[in-house]
Amino acid sequence: MIRRAIRFADERSGAAPFLRKTLRYAFPDHWSFLLGEVALYAFFVLIATGIYLTFFFQPSTDPTVYHGSYSPLDGLEVTKAYASVLRISFDVKAGLLIRQTHHWAADVFVAAIVLHLIRVFFTGAYRRPRELTYTVGVLMLFTALLEGYLGYSLVDDLLSGMGLAIGYAVALSIPFVGANLALLIWGHPFPGDPDFWSRMYIAHVLIFPLLIAGLLGLHLALVASRHHTQFASRPAQSERRVVGLPAVPAQAPRSLGLLLSVAAVLVFLGGLVQINPVWLWGPYHVSQATNGAQPDWYLGWLIGALRLVPSFDLVVGGRTLVPNPFWGGALFPLVVMAALLAWPWLERRLSGDREPHNLLQRPRDAPVRTGIGVGFLSWVVLIFMAGSADRALVFLGIGYMSQIWFYRVAVWVLPVVLGLLAWRLCLGLTAMEAVQAEQERAVRSALPE
Amino acid sequence: MRRLRGAIGFALLTALGFARGSRRRRRPARIVAEKEPAPQAELVVALLLFAAAACAAMFVLAYALDWPHLTQYLGLSLGAALALLAAAAVVAGRYVLPSEEVEQDYPAGRLDEQEKLAQIVAETREGITRRCLLLGAAGAAGAALGAALIVPAASFGPLLDTESFYYSPWRRDRRLVDEHGVPYRAEEIEAESFYTAYPESADREEMAAPVVVVRVDASELDLPPGRETWAPRGIVAYSKVCTHAGCAVALYRKPRFPAAEPSPALVCPCHYSTFDPAKGAAVTFGPAGRPLPQLPLAIDSKGELRAAGNLSGPVGPAFWGVRTRRPSA
Repeated sequence: MIRRAIRFADERSGAAPFLRKTLRYAFPDHWSFLLGEVALYAFFVLIATGIYLTFFFQPSTDPTVYHGSYSPLDGLEVTKAYASVLRISFDVKAGLLIRQTHHWAADVFVAAIVLHLIRVFFTGAYRRPRELTYTVGVLMLFTALLEGYLGYSLVDDLLSGMGLAIGYAVALSIPFVGANLALLIWGHPFPGDPDFWSRMYIAHVLIFPLLIAGLLGLHLALVASRHHTQFASRPAQSERRVVGLPAVPAQAPRSLGLLLSVAAVLVFLGGLVQINPVWLWGPYHVSQATNGAQPDWYLGWLIGALRLVPSFDLVVGGRTLVPNPFWGGALFPLVVMAALLAWPWLERRLSGDREPHNLLQRPRDAPVRTGIGVGFLSWVVLIFMAGSADRALVFLGIGYMSQIWFYRVAVWVLPVVLGLLAWRLCLGLTAMEAVQAEQERAVRSALPE
Repeated sequence: MRRLRGAIGFALLTALGFARGSRRRRRPARIVAEKEPAPQAELVVALLLFAAAACAAMFVLAYALDWPHLTQYLGLSLGAALALLAAAAVVAGRYVLPSEEVEQDYPAGRLDEQEKLAQIVAETREGITRRCLLLGAAGAAGAALGAALIVPAASFGPLLDTESFYYSPWRRDRRLVDEHGVPYRAEEIEAESFYTAYPESADREEMAAPVVVVRVDASELDLPPGRETWAPRGIVAYSKVCTHAGCAVALYRKPRFPAAEPSPALVCPCHYSTFDPAKGAAVTFGPAGRPLPQLPLAIDSKGELRAAGNLSGPVGPAFWGVRTRRPSA
């Protein structure tokens, strides 16, 4: 029976040799290798839940009067987009579960990508011959950030309107072309032409998902073509030989288990832990804003950057050349992306190491990289923390202005200190290991045969 | 006879043996490692699968009967079903199926293939004599076609017409109304309080429409030169849209910590740009690069607030050239 099915398929596709190799593809084992997989599975959940939501969501800013189960907003004039999200949340059975699972999956998706990136960076997995795999991954991270931003902007609640206003201000702040670019995207000064909602919708449900799926496919194809990297945790694992669990029978059930676990956690979160209760924020109006609502975590670094920049527009000869939001909202993420993209080539230059590598390094094995990485990461994390200074004010009572002044200095000083500390720690650890190895050798040679 | 029978028997046995041997030889070498059967683990997997089935059935039941707290029950039952399936997969992978390791070569560089590719490209180019001409022509065709394909994108918006950024619905004598369209009276505006006003009978979702109105103590009032008459009885009005990133300036800070925050201030909750209403909404903290545009006010004979002109500058986030002119109707 199975033989006949295989013969049928192979005669018509010629896929047998390829599939045989695929089934025996070796997956080296380490817990940190699962982070990228978690992102992949969160993406599956996003696609599945997202498709369900499109069956109910109306991407329109046409006015309508809300009549539904949520009585506090009953009779209020809102946009169709907002009303349809209220309907999904209160009147579509399982709608709230799917909507919240979708939102949680987006947060986990970006988090898993970031953790995966950190793992890849600190183990040197991006080195030759995997620079392209890494580049595609970094591009995917930034595509995912934009996709998430578009998603929560579509709802047209107060929070999404504030987010869009900030996005508009950042677009507007680009020197020379900002105003034209914003008009091109929004069709009209903020809040924009009704067409803007159609554009945002198709971008969120088709263009960006296709982009992510394309980059994801390329990423996985490149990974598989060069094989996974591995730690040299046993003698057989070398630069030339990879040792790991074969896809079938060992890895497949484990991966399936991880897929189901990720889905289970996201569904638990979607059912039990409230996220973005848009009915509490209310509909967006240009004249309204709140600081009770917080955007998704992955925008925190941009909010921090926007808040930290002191008060100035770059004005030359009475003309505003660079408006303020450019620094934190556009330049900062572009610098981070450029630094991430450039790093593999920069490291080749700095270290002079142009050899292909299949074995991973521990962070301590590359002290300079680890130091630079810790410095860079703490720079971004500190700016992220500055974005939560208002929460620290509310919950801890620490003065907002003093916090901002602290961060304005700390984001330039602490990364250098932490980077140097990490570098020193790496050197210390390797030195300690060398001493231990030396002692063991001495003990072994002192022992009688 | 007996010998014959013995010989035949021997031959038969040998033949059978050969046949069996050859059958055994025909069976190929194992690919997947052998594994001791683990019937108890199989039982565990089966139990986990049944439990997952039960949870999934509970999801269907909860949905069909529309239980109270439906979202929570749906999440619990579906999540539990998925978690049990995950457990079944992991137990099966670890204890039922063989967990061997395989060793493979990393792919090596294929210099010969790369060489051949380069050769194909080189030999294809050999026959071309007017390379520059063709490249130039192809470049021209590509550029022009690219432009033709990208030009329709200009229909997205008035690409070159930035006039609309300077639009404002405010003009002389326009009344300030509240969210219900009721005009504000000067005597209603109390100190240490905060009012949002809109231009009467105008679109409120335009960025230039909403203004904040506050009353400032006359002794503290210190407006920029030329605005002496803009604040009758100490009442000032400023655009409510932050000049930093376009959020509504929705917080009014009363003096709480005299040492650090000495005066009332208008604060934007997005990035905490802080403006001093007594000083023409000058920026005192935060990222905003220019003050909130001020709306000159007048009080008419009925005691109602009216605009005495247009806003003092373009509203909302800055753009290239934002400072060059005042808004127009």
